[in-house]
Order: sequence, then structure tokens, then C-alpha cells
Amino acid sequence: MRAEGEEILEVRDLVKHYPLTRGIVFRKQVGAVRAVDGVSFELRRGETLGIVGESGCGKSTVAKMLVNLERPTAGRILYKGEDIADLSGKALKAVRRNIQMVFQDPYTSLNPRMTVGDIVGEPYAIHPEVAPKGDRRRKVQDLLDVVGLNPEYINRYPHQFSGGQRQRIGIARGLALNPEIIICDEPVSALDVSVQAQVVNLLERLQDEFELSYVFIAHDLSVVRHISDRVAVMYLGRLAEIGTEAQIYQHPTHPYTQALLSAVPMPDPAARARRERILLSGDVPSPAHPPSGCRFRTRCWKAQERCVVEVPELAVPEWFRKEGGPPAHPSACHFAEERRVVPPEGTEDPDDT
Amino acid sequence: MERRMDQQQTKNLLDVRDLRVEFRTRDGVAKAVNGVTYSVAAGETLAVLGESGSGKSVTAQAVMGILDSPPGFVTGGEVLFRGEDLLTMGAESRRRLRGAKIAMIFQDALSSLNPVMTVGAQLAEMYVVHQGMTRKDARARAAQLMDRVRIPAAQERLRDYPHQFSGGMRQRIMIAMALALEPDLIIADEPTTALDVTVQAQVMDLLAELQREYNMGLILITHDLGVVADVADRIAVMYAGRIVETAPVHELYAAPAHPYTRGLLDSIPRLDQKGRALYAIKGLPPSLTDIPPGCPFNPRCPRAQDICRTDRPPLFTVAPGRASACHFWKDTLDES
Repeated sequence: MRAEGEEILEVRDLVKHYPLTRGIVFRKQVGAVRAVDGVSFELRRGETLGIVGESGCGKSTVAKMLVNLERPTAGRILYKGEDIADLSGKALKAVRRNIQMVFQDPYTSLNPRMTVGDIVGEPYAIHPEVAPKGDRRRKVQDLLDVVGLNPEYINRYPHQFSGGQRQRIGIARGLALNPEIIICDEPVSALDVSVQAQVVNLLERLQDEFELSYVFIAHDLSVVRHISDRVAVMYLGRLAEIGTEAQIYQHPTHPYTQALLSAVPMPDPAARARRERILLSGDVPSPAHPPSGCRFRTRCWKAQERCVVEVPELAVPEWFRKEGGPPAHPSACHFAEERRVVPPEGTEDPDDT
Repeated sequence: MERRMDQQQTKNLLDVRDLRVEFRTRDGVAKAVNGVTYSVAAGETLAVLGESGSGKSVTAQAVMGILDSPPGFVTGGEVLFRGEDLLTMGAESRRRLRGAKIAMIFQDALSSLNPVMTVGAQLAEMYVVHQGMTRKDARARAAQLMDRVRIPAAQERLRDYPHQFSGGMRQRIMIAMALALEPDLIIADEPTTALDVTVQAQVMDLLAELQREYNMGLILITHDLGVVADVADRIAVMYAGRIVETAPVHELYAAPAHPYTRGLLDSIPRLDQKGRALYAIKGLPPSLTDIPPGCPFNPRCPRAQDICRTDRPPLFTVAPGRASACHFWKDTLDES
């Protein structure tokens, strides 16, 4: 297990509201989109924290705040004990060097007018202390080699590469400054299946090689399980459940996690009959008008009076705390109970003909 | 099992035979579809699986007769719908079939629906144009249809525009539109790719239920091995414009007979498994303007021998209802 390292990033009660305004001359705030509404987690050195959730749940907004592309409305992001939201100037620059990002879309996140060498080497222009000028070209070629691209391609342009190769370029750029943390926002979603495996394997190899910590954001639950040590499940700007990969996938206690897991199509036609499907009704509510109390209650089959009035806290439910074991992990539900929806590992189906 | 046997005895709804499509571009001729043969019976779901550029969507477009031409040209083959060749049919009779007998569901509902027409008007238009219904009757039918695909408050929502619906609801409208004239065959091109998993499950369930009810043939085009396993009866795996393997769904997942299929299955992470590095198929799919001689998969294949670089493998019959375009299908099959 890699999950034993020191805490390197701590997020406390992170909030991001985007104001909704009316009027042109006299702007008046009429409400807010509560994209992220109180999210807390920590990241340890060398581990991968997966964040899963459906579109609009706020997972990408969290990513942007972690790399300081968005300022939080409230809450703290502590990098080695220092709040990065308070920093500016030199101190901020130093922190940013250590937290890099790999973006989802390898087609729009690379400047089409820059060569691969310029793209991967650009971080050195901002942080010249990492690589002296004469040394940069060689460094860039090393990086290309590390991510599995031919170093001779240094003068080519992004359009000359396939999607998977472009994502490698994006990863090389993220690695350029020897960061400690890489935030990966849907890094493989835009790739074909056969190429996706190459990039996932690359990310895992780089993690071992450079002792990286990842925050891995994705909507594909299978990929997240594969790569993550711990997993956080997000719904409408809040965390529903957080725990180790085994706790979340084998012992989910939040109804949303259970529904989400049961909805994932499995590449195994024999599982079709064996599996229990939880079909949710309706859509995710708008984050501008989230439901009171528990945010999931409008789609939850367990919802009762209490869920309307009382916001469930993200904590280990009392009844599990006594028993201990894998279900004892933080889950934001008043009526949390364990329900297995993913067949446990190693249960091979009897030969079907 | 029994259901499948029955289907094979009835006549096929759609027979695609040796279909060839190419795109004539400035950079050369891209051979997008190179001799594709498949068939679908009533009540059957055929999944066409492939990565981007494998020709799976182009095949469907050629079947529907909605290929962008130029640059796309059908250069050979037959598309038989109930025994009639669509490719030699006149444009007008083909147009009458489209929508009425063969309907299509596209991936991106937002760009497939008309943004300046209410969804009620778009649905009603189908009945007015194809069946000469009065506007009032057509509207009533449209409301029924929206109710059928479980859109809440259907009557009131007839007056809404596509942008007022969520992604899942829009995809339901697309399904309603495809169903409007009770077609015999539906071609669904990545119908749930843009949707979240919980919504995807809703939409796929709805589609499967409606298919059973109307006993339609369904061609499901997708890249998602999970979705295929959930709904398909048979699978055709495409690579570089060819079908490389076709089999009943259980058999294909249990024991693939083509190294490409094997590689695909090994390269996806599983929800119910953790650990071990993923198998990655090396390299990239070939450019369609420059498909390698011999087997198109040979540069990426762990099994490739000299014969694979020179002789193009035909679809060998592996078992009844199963075929694989690999010289070494036996070894591949034995290994799994």
C-alpha cells in the first residue's frame, strides 16, 4: 500500500460559488451556482486520490482550485501546512511549481502554433531556476523520452500527433518542473480504449519513478478503481463518501455510490443476470438550486423527513464505528448501510455456454 | 439461447454484403469501409464495436444513405433491406424508407435536434410529412410518444425547445423521434456516450424495453465493451474498415478468436477487479489512406508472422455463427 506517506495536501471546507447576476449597468446578485459547497480531503505523498462524480458535480472546479486557476469562495487548501489561497507573488509561484495539471482534452490544451519543444519547455521560461538556458533542449528531449515519445519529434507541431501522443505531450509538460503533485482532470476520457491503457500505464509508471502524488478526476469508475488508492465520490458540490478503493467499491454505504456503481456497464455478459441494478429516477438537480438537507434526497429511495431538514455530515456512521471493518469509512448519509453491488474480486462465473 | 435460434430461422431484416466506402480527399483516398458484411434479424441486437476511425459509423451512414458525398462514395457492395437493395433504389423511395422503416439515433442529441423548433413540433412533423396527419392529431401523437419514453409532464413540455431539456431527456426525445413511425430497424450510433452512467443506464434500459415491445432490429454502434455486454445478442468487431471478428456476445467475451479483440478486452480496467498493469495494445490504428498490406492489425499484433504481413486473412468460420479474420484464430482461441 502506498497510502502511508505524509500528508502533502489538505483541503478543508472548500467552497466555490459563481454569482448569478441580473442587470447590465446595475448588477445585482440574484443567486449563486454552488459548484463546490464544502469539500474536505487530504492527499498523502505517493498516493492517488480518485475523485468520481457525474458531470456538473463540481469535480473539475475542485481541480482548478487546487492549481489556483480559480480562487475559492471559502475554505482552505493547505500545501505542506501553507494555505495557497493566501499566497501571492514569489511564494505562490513556488507552490505552483510543485502542483501541476494534466488536462482532459489533448486537442485544445496544446497551443497549435507552438512546437512540442516549446510547449514542454515553456514551464522553464517561467521557472528558469529549474533548468539553465543551455540545458533546456536536452531536458525536453529527456522528458519526451520518459513519456514514450521519440525525442526527435521536438520540432513537430501538435497536429502531427494522435490523441494518445498529444496526451503524452501534456503529461511531459506537467512533469517538466519536477512537481510533487499532479492533478489529472479526466486525462484519458478523450482517448480510444486501446490507447487509454497505454496512458494509464504511463501515469502509473511515472508515479513510481518520480514519487508523484495524483489527484485523479474522472467519471469512469473502472479507470478510477484501477489507478486509485483512495476514492472520493462527489455529488452536487459535496462529497458523498470517501475511503480506500476497496472500501468504496466493495463496501459502499452511501446510496448514491451504490447506484453509481450498479449503473456501470460491465464487460461481462455473464454478469448481466447476476447483477443487481439500482436505477435512479430523474436527473441531477441544478447546483443553483440544490435541494435542502441531503442533496441526493430527490433521487434517493431511502429519503425521509430527516433528509429534507438535516444535512448529513461526512463522517463514519456511528453504528459502523463500533463494529469497525471495511464499512467504517466516512459516508454522508443518515441511513448509511452496506450494500454490495460489485461482485467481489475473483468470483469467476462458472463456465457458461 | 432459444431466442437466438428462432431468429436465425426467420429472414434477416437487413443484410449488408461486402460494403465498401471511400473518402476522396486532397490527401489521398481514405478507405473507410473495406468489405463489411453483416446482418440483423427482427428483435435482434447487433453491436458494432470499434475505435474511432474503424469505419463503424461510416458503415451505418452508408446503410442509412446519409453519407456526405462528396467526399464519401460507396464503391461496392449491397445493402439489402427485406431483400431490396437500398443502394440501387431511387432517391425518393429511399427517402420514404428512411425514418419510416429504418431510423437512426445519433450520439449528440443537442446538435441533432433543431434548436429553433419546439420538440413537439419536431415530433409532430414526422407524422405530418410521412403519414399526412393533421397538425392537431400529430401533436396528440407526439405527446403520447413523449409519454412513452417517460418524459415527465409530456403534454406541457411539447412547447419546450431542445435546450430546455437535460442531456438524458434530449436523448429520450431522439429515441421518441426514431420510434415515431414504428420502424423495423433502428441504428443507434453511440446513443449514450455523452451521458453520465446513471442516466446511461436509464436510456439503455428504455431502448431495450422498446425494442422488445416492437420486436425491432437494433444495430448498436459503440466503442464501449461494457455497454455491449449489457445489451447485445451478437457483436461485430471492426478494425480499419473491416470486420475482424463476429460472434454471439457470450462466446466473444468468454473466448475471443482475434488478437485485437483479446487485446481490447485485456486493456480495459474492470470495476470488479483491482491490481495488475493493464495490457496495452502497442502502437496506433493505421491511417486509412495507408492501410498496411496483409492483415491490417499485423504491426500491432503480438502473434504476427510473415504470412500476416503478406496475405490478408479472410473471415474464417470458427464455429457456427462465429468468424475471425486471423490466420492464427485457432491459437488465439486456444489461449483463452
